[in-house]
Amino acid sequence: MSVDKGITRKLPPPVPPDAETPKVKERNVLSVLVNKDNQVAVNGELTEISLVTEKVKDFIINSNDDPNYSEREFISELLEKEMAKSEPDQKKIKTLKNVIEEIGDIPKSKGVVSLQTDRATKYEVYILVQDAIVKAFNDLRDDLAKQVYGKPYNDLKEEQQKLIREVYPISLSEAEPRRIKTK
Amino acid sequence: MATIGKKKSKSTPAISTASLPDIIFILLFFFMVSTTIKEVDYKVMVRLPQATQIKKLENKSLVSYIYIGKPQRALQDKYGTKPVIQLNDQIADLSQIPQYIELERAKRSQADVPKMTFSLKVDKETDMGIVTDVKQEMRKVQALKINYSARKPYIK
Repeated sequence: MSVDKGITRKLPPPVPPDAETPKVKERNVLSVLVNKDNQVAVNGELTEISLVTEKVKDFIINSNDDPNYSEREFISELLEKEMAKSEPDQKKIKTLKNVIEEIGDIPKSKGVVSLQTDRATKYEVYILVQDAIVKAFNDLRDDLAKQVYGKPYNDLKEEQQKLIREVYPISLSEAEPRRIKTK
Repeated sequence: MATIGKKKSKSTPAISTASLPDIIFILLFFFMVSTTIKEVDYKVMVRLPQATQIKKLENKSLVSYIYIGKPQRALQDKYGTKPVIQLNDQIADLSQIPQYIELERAKRSQADVPKMTFSLKVDKETDMGIVTDVKQEMRKVQALKINYSARKPYIK
């Protein structure tokens, strides 16, 4: 029987033309490019698709505070920042407090993975790369879930999953495609 | 001794048909359970890509489909061999997407509209250009929840 399955994603809302693009530090962006010949480059380096997952994980975890990888911020710092805002988001504060209580005050990455494709990139390759990136985040969530609750992410209760998601959101941004130069 | 060789009447007894309705009902139920209703007539050829991180789509009534792929052989004279978009039962134009999304939304209750998912069934050989164009159209009308339809890789 055919059951519909797939990778679920959320598109970014339309950007008003006069809006400023939020600035993200260069070290916090991992650029993944797929060119028209279906070659994948991570931060300008030609890479096999099978290695993309590991690269994304290294970039996000960055346990040694390597300046080439993403910056990290402790949950408590995020909480302070949110409280210092003129209009603090009460829901977010509550979630962050819960994270500290349940999981602990652990660092959260500021990293964003930017995925860019050429108009001539094959859809199959795009899905493979997309899949590899999503896998990196899912693996991180699983690791944390096992560490804290002793169970994989999918077996957790909805509230527990929410806390894990707060620590590892799938920060994948898809820029509008353009023609990427081939080497 | 004479009684042993005594002949009974030769006619065979009639087969009992008492269980016939049961058999018919079991067959009927079997077909009712195992039948799926075809969603649409495929006008385009779609071979889904493979992916590992896939999830089942819950709540099928809140899912609408957009198909992208090359037209079926029989339709290639009319529509060419380049990938095209199919909405419902028809091959459509990019500009018809917002209208289609509005129609799909109108079919659901107001409360369900934000929960709607659009499933993109795209042939794996398609170029990203047309897929991106579709995604841009969807963003314009705030249809942001999407699902890239894929299937599990075969386990060797």
